[in-house]
Amino acid sequence: MAVIRFITLVFCLSFIAASAQGAAIEVREFDDPVKEERYKSLTASLRCPTCQNQAINDSDAPVSGDMRDRVYEMLQDGRSDMEIRSHLVERFGDYVLYNPRLEGRTYLLWGLPAGLVVLGGVLVALVVRARRNASARELSDEERARLDALINRGRNS
Amino acid sequence: MKRRLLLMLPLLGFLVLMLFLYLGLGLNPFHRESKLVQDARAFPAFELSTLEDPERRVDESLIKGEVTLVNVWGEWCPECKREMPQLLDLAERGIRLVGVNWKDTREKGLGFLDEFGDPFVVNVFDPDGELAFELGVYGAPESFLVDADGVIRYHHTGYISPSDLRDTILPEVEKWQ
Repeated sequence: MAVIRFITLVFCLSFIAASAQGAAIEVREFDDPVKEERYKSLTASLRCPTCQNQAINDSDAPVSGDMRDRVYEMLQDGRSDMEIRSHLVERFGDYVLYNPRLEGRTYLLWGLPAGLVVLGGVLVALVVRARRNASARELSDEERARLDALINRGRNS
Repeated sequence: MKRRLLLMLPLLGFLVLMLFLYLGLGLNPFHRESKLVQDARAFPAFELSTLEDPERRVDESLIKGEVTLVNVWGEWCPECKREMPQLLDLAERGIRLVGVNWKDTREKGLGFLDEFGDPFVVNVFDPDGELAFELGVYGAPESFLVDADGVIRYHHTGYISPSDLRDTILPEVEKWQ
């Protein structure tokens, strides 16, 4: 019995510890559940500029806190996701976007996977066509003569 | 022969990947492109009081008229202390320095200047990080070189070492003077 009680206690304590850790990220009030969802997805897709690969919703860095504040304020102001992202990019650079925007210098980045798939498809098509042509090709006179010779030898022996 | 060469393709692809990896290893993971410098942006508008005098309000016109190095610092920032000798050196060379005291209290900020010296003509007091946010500051110290027209020309993130002073800061100041 005492063991079970002990386990329960540890379990409860670990929950308290976990919730205390979560408290580092502030609680936000939203009048609109859609805005709350947008807040969640925005803060998950913006990258903390001073951390090594952490989203701002996952970082205790002061600058992440400031950025979350700004995202919240702008959402409450009725600004669009695009506006909020550009607002932060204008200050902190493209680095803060986990999904880089499609523009001149990111064409290669976005286009390469699709380009490689197309290239691979073309290669496969070429190989298949070459193989099909090779198997469908008629035998030349020389090959025909050799084939006959082989067949005859088989019969004779 | 052609077939042989075709078989080399995966190896070639692998070598290209290795080249990217090798180049990537040489990059500094803390390096960020500065959007403000890329766009040759004007120093952002602000209106704040100074660290020295709560009654004195200053705005972006403070930065105009002369090549100025704006240094964002805080008493809580150990790197800022290591940077002070270099900043004092710059001030001695006649370069105009304006400080931005970031997320700090007046008392601590002034204490810092007493202890480590004051190379700044004036310090903008920015306890809530309003101005620093507009500048895209994500960690102290950061420095911005602003030309006489108030355009941001160079952005240094992190501590200015004596060699940074010699190799980048002074040549940049020279360039925009």
